[in-house]
Amino acid sequence: MADFFTTPGGTFVLILLQSLAVIAFVMIALIFLVYGDRKIWAAVQMRRGPNVVGPWGLLQTFADALKYVVKEIVVPAGADKFVFFLAPVLSMTLALLAWAVVPFADGWVLADINVAVLFVFAISSLEVYGVIMGGWASNSKYPFLGSLRSAAQMISYEVSMGLVIIGVIISTGSMNLSDIVRAQDGSFGLFNWYWLPHFPVLWMFFISALAETNRPPFDLPEAESELVAGFMVEYSSTPYLLFMAGEYIAIWLMCALISLLFFGGWLSPIPGLPDGVLWMFLKMVIWFFMFAMVKAIVPRYRYDQLMRIGWKVFLPLSLAWVVIVAFLAKFEVLGTFWARFATGG
Amino acid sequence: MMVFALAFYLFAILVVVSGIMVVLARNPVHSVLWLILAFFSAAGLFVLMGAEFVAMLLVIVYVGAVAVLFLFVVMMLDVDFAALKGEMAKYFPLAGLIAIVMLLMLGMGIGTWHVADGAEMMRTAVTPEGVHNTKALGLLIYDQYLYLFLSSSLILLVAMIGAILLTLRHRTDVKRQNVMEQMHRDPAKQLKMLDVKPGQGL
Repeated sequence: MADFFTTPGGTFVLILLQSLAVIAFVMIALIFLVYGDRKIWAAVQMRRGPNVVGPWGLLQTFADALKYVVKEIVVPAGADKFVFFLAPVLSMTLALLAWAVVPFADGWVLADINVAVLFVFAISSLEVYGVIMGGWASNSKYPFLGSLRSAAQMISYEVSMGLVIIGVIISTGSMNLSDIVRAQDGSFGLFNWYWLPHFPVLWMFFISALAETNRPPFDLPEAESELVAGFMVEYSSTPYLLFMAGEYIAIWLMCALISLLFFGGWLSPIPGLPDGVLWMFLKMVIWFFMFAMVKAIVPRYRYDQLMRIGWKVFLPLSLAWVVIVAFLAKFEVLGTFWARFATGG
Repeated sequence: MMVFALAFYLFAILVVVSGIMVVLARNPVHSVLWLILAFFSAAGLFVLMGAEFVAMLLVIVYVGAVAVLFLFVVMMLDVDFAALKGEMAKYFPLAGLIAIVMLLMLGMGIGTWHVADGAEMMRTAVTPEGVHNTKALGLLIYDQYLYLFLSSSLILLVAMIGAILLTLRHRTDVKRQNVMEQMHRDPAKQLKMLDVKPGQGL
């Protein structure tokens, strides 16, 4: 059996199986994330949340997904049919694609490439196309306006996110996500992770991630009280489901990215305890809890405030941080606190 | 090697086909979408050549930023597609003539092309042994050609400031929001409690 996996055909089967495993993990996580999301808001707002389908309402998301699939697909008159259906498929596919470079534990990664961070960044910069194409192809004013707002927002926050990531890359001296995690290994457990040296920009990254994934308080693209549902107005049934799934997968990816870049990925927070995939999973879940809590307790921003924060506050601050980190790392201030590449990390 | 060749031909054919479709597509938005596919396939070709950094930059810069701007502009255009179809037939002979002339020029150029001695060797030895191409590029740009890099970025900066200056107009007839002022408003000064009698008003 082991010999089979080294032949060309066997390698192909192996890669296929590994990809399926990652997709299965993401999809199963997605189903329970939606449930968890709703339960957390419910708890904050002193409601019960979903509690009818299955024990404690655990199967609610399955019921919702089934409901979406069996409904009728409505295509607006005058819509560009091909682009109309391409948009949701694209946003779901791209959201899944970025998981190819996410390491879940040491060596547990589909594609261990040298430019992993850039790959994630490239894929997330493509996600804007699902939004633009969906809004344009609907051939209607509301979705079009919604998609313009949404695209402008996603592009703006990518800039500051990229600059924050550059700080981490400078510290590590590598763009490989596994290397970034390994550089955070040390004898002080969680105090070795990048959240401490990069503390000022960690919050910038988190807020940019909220805006990038169109989560509240920056959910202007689908602000239901103003734009009904932004670029998704004309979508129904399965295409709508694909958009929503893509959005949640992107959020889950952001949780994974924050865990990898700032919180040591699979490393154990307490020295002595074994590292492993469970730590990674736990960190992702904790960050998802943060995403859900922000939605529950923060009111929505006004559009001009959103743009102001992105361009006039985050961009200069993150740019300044890149320069500061470059100096701190180059002159090895506090030893290897910022300059992890010096120890061969 | 089989997989490599297959991938190469797949991407190469995709680049050419989508390039042709950029020109042939009736709808300008479709043209831009084909252009994105062309960029993407070109990035695939870069990956095959082992230049993964350039490939990622191509996707981030061209697909993620430039093509989005194209798409914005094209989507906002009020295009009459029926008129466009008529135009295409009208200009086809002229366009064909230009294409043939350019093809001839290219043919003459490539026909007289010969590779210099030792050029093949230089091309295969771009990256030093054991250095990833991201690092190799970084060393080249930021160490070896630092001043050239700085001066080219200065030129870009000047161009950017020039573009902003040309389009920036300070209008006095629009209301602007001053965020600092808004945040530092004092409720005690801004609010006044009045006792309004019914039927009288203020």
